[in-house]
Amino acid sequence: MMTQANLAKGLKPWNDPAAAPFVQIKNVTKKFGTYTAVNDVSLDIYRGELFCLLGGSGCGKSTLLRMLAGFEGPTSGQILIDGEDQAGVPPYKRDTNMMFQSYALFPHMSVEKNIAYGLKRDGVPRAEIATRVTEMLSLVQLDQFAARKPHQLSGGQRQRVALARSLIKRPKLLMLDEPLGALDKKLREETQFELIKIQESLGVTFVVVTHDQEEAMTLSSRLGVMTAGKIVQIGTPHDIYEYPQTRFVADFIGSVNMFEGRIKDDCEDHATIHSADAGIDILVSHGITGVEGQQVAVAVRPEKIAISRTAPVGLPNVVPATVEEVAYMGNLSVFRVVLASGKRVKISQANLLRSDDDAIAAGEAVFLGWAGAASVVVMA
Amino acid sequence: MSAFLSRFALRGRSLVTAVPLLWLGLFFLLPFAVLAKISLSEAAIARPPYLPIWDWADGVLSFAFNIGNYLFLIEDPLYLMAYLGSVKIALISTAITLLIGYPMAYVIARAPQHRRNLLLMLVILPFWTSFLLRVYAWIGFLKGNGVINNVLMWLGVINEPLVMLQTDFAVYLGIVYSYLPFMILPLYTALVKLDEALLEASADLGARPFSTFWHITLPLSLPGVIAGAMLVFIPAVGEFVIPALLGGPNTLMIGSVLWNEFFSNRDWPVAAAVAIVMLVVLVLPIAVLRRAQSREEEAN
Repeated sequence: MMTQANLAKGLKPWNDPAAAPFVQIKNVTKKFGTYTAVNDVSLDIYRGELFCLLGGSGCGKSTLLRMLAGFEGPTSGQILIDGEDQAGVPPYKRDTNMMFQSYALFPHMSVEKNIAYGLKRDGVPRAEIATRVTEMLSLVQLDQFAARKPHQLSGGQRQRVALARSLIKRPKLLMLDEPLGALDKKLREETQFELIKIQESLGVTFVVVTHDQEEAMTLSSRLGVMTAGKIVQIGTPHDIYEYPQTRFVADFIGSVNMFEGRIKDDCEDHATIHSADAGIDILVSHGITGVEGQQVAVAVRPEKIAISRTAPVGLPNVVPATVEEVAYMGNLSVFRVVLASGKRVKISQANLLRSDDDAIAAGEAVFLGWAGAASVVVMA
Repeated sequence: MSAFLSRFALRGRSLVTAVPLLWLGLFFLLPFAVLAKISLSEAAIARPPYLPIWDWADGVLSFAFNIGNYLFLIEDPLYLMAYLGSVKIALISTAITLLIGYPMAYVIARAPQHRRNLLLMLVILPFWTSFLLRVYAWIGFLKGNGVINNVLMWLGVINEPLVMLQTDFAVYLGIVYSYLPFMILPLYTALVKLDEALLEASADLGARPFSTFWHITLPLSLPGVIAGAMLVFIPAVGEFVIPALLGGPNTLMIGSVLWNEFFSNRDWPVAAAVAIVMLVVLVLPIAVLRRAQSREEEAN
């Protein structure tokens, strides 16, 4: 399959059939009464990965995480961590730790005591606790705040206390539930890179739950997109973005233009899709496994379409259009154009110059063009 | 116009604070002052049964403060014993109510939302019957040929009736039974606010259930424990009805002593002194607990 073909085999543990997964989720289903929160999910996560579970609210991602932590037991199916079946193992006996969405810092304890809590419960000698807490405090840059209570900290500081508290026991597996949800955009970006740095330096396996696709793209080695209790696609951020397998995934990650059509011609290294939406036969430079005449959609990302006043040369897919609207976003300009079929298409273009007197404006007749490798066929 | 309105609003606000102040002044401070005055006067066979503390004769206004009533409280060991007895009974009862009330409040707070109100209703339900009647009903249970003895004898557990009525046991039972809701309600309020995620975080960090309770649940519910303890301890110290109905001749509580001084001895000045000292005895632990509570609130 195309998705796997362009990845260097062997470099990534998930492509190595001999590699033993660290976390194995096997056909796990979780029901609350009649409601199925997680529906027959199977997933392997490898040691040292930063795996993101991405999905909207109520898709079952948090329930899956809570089952890994031991707060919920699966209705059916099996969860193995480091080869050990976790059925019936309570949270306090698992070598996993969790960073809670609300941070769940103990309000009556200082930062220091919050961080030391896990070690104290394990009966670690006092002197060792002190050194490890000091180490942790400097790792998350909170040395100055050791004596403060959680309510005296900012959101970002609390987040770092929560991270330190969940890391201090050196868990084999760290789970993070919407770790950056409560932070503002700027702090978020900073923290994302900090998280990756910490994860790489400590070598802990991270499982992150998030509804924020940008967060998932930045953080993860691989991500699983969830909807309605099922994982619909697992892959690297690149796979998921460039080779979505379903309309849902294509639509959920980034923005996308979908051209409905039927398979006209299917060869080994290319295919053509007849699309009434686009008004042309779209050339796609990858083979598909479908039958002629089958209903499919061609997904093209807005940044992969060129917009020009004259018909572009050398691009296989060219469609005339009229500009309806131009939105200036700072780094990008987003054009909304309408095709002869009435189909609306979004195109984004980097603003290379500070000001461009010759910029395409609303109302102009233009041509859209994109390469065969710019589009991908989604079947379902 | 707006100046007028704002002044009106200001007056409205001071009015709101004035009402409770007036209430306290009229129904607490004023009677307290009267009581203090009586406690400093001398008993007499008169109506009212004490002498005035001031005298106006030959153009001379003279005051006579009789602190003998207070000295009398120290001289006669009965009063000290009664104070200590009351505090002891109140302390033990408070501890027992806490031990019984905490698990109940915990279960209610952790029950599903729709069942909590029903359970709380059941806690408050006894208040629909008069306090006096409920304490009185215990006599029927505890007496020699009462319900409990009859059932136990019918079951063959005992051969002759147990002496339960007119003992300290009956007093503890009565106080714990009567004041349990006052312990449960503040505990419930504190426990229901407890974030479930904190308990999960504690378990996640390796704490066994009891350890989580000891390090997280209990410290965070401390304001509820303090409030509940105050609500039980304070009225229990001055309790009169329960020891009078259920207690025996050996049950020495300051409430009964107070009653006797007022109504049997008709020694109003000594009775007033007993009441004033009781207030002081009570204010002390309240002040200590209040400080602990406000410190707790500050910390959170």
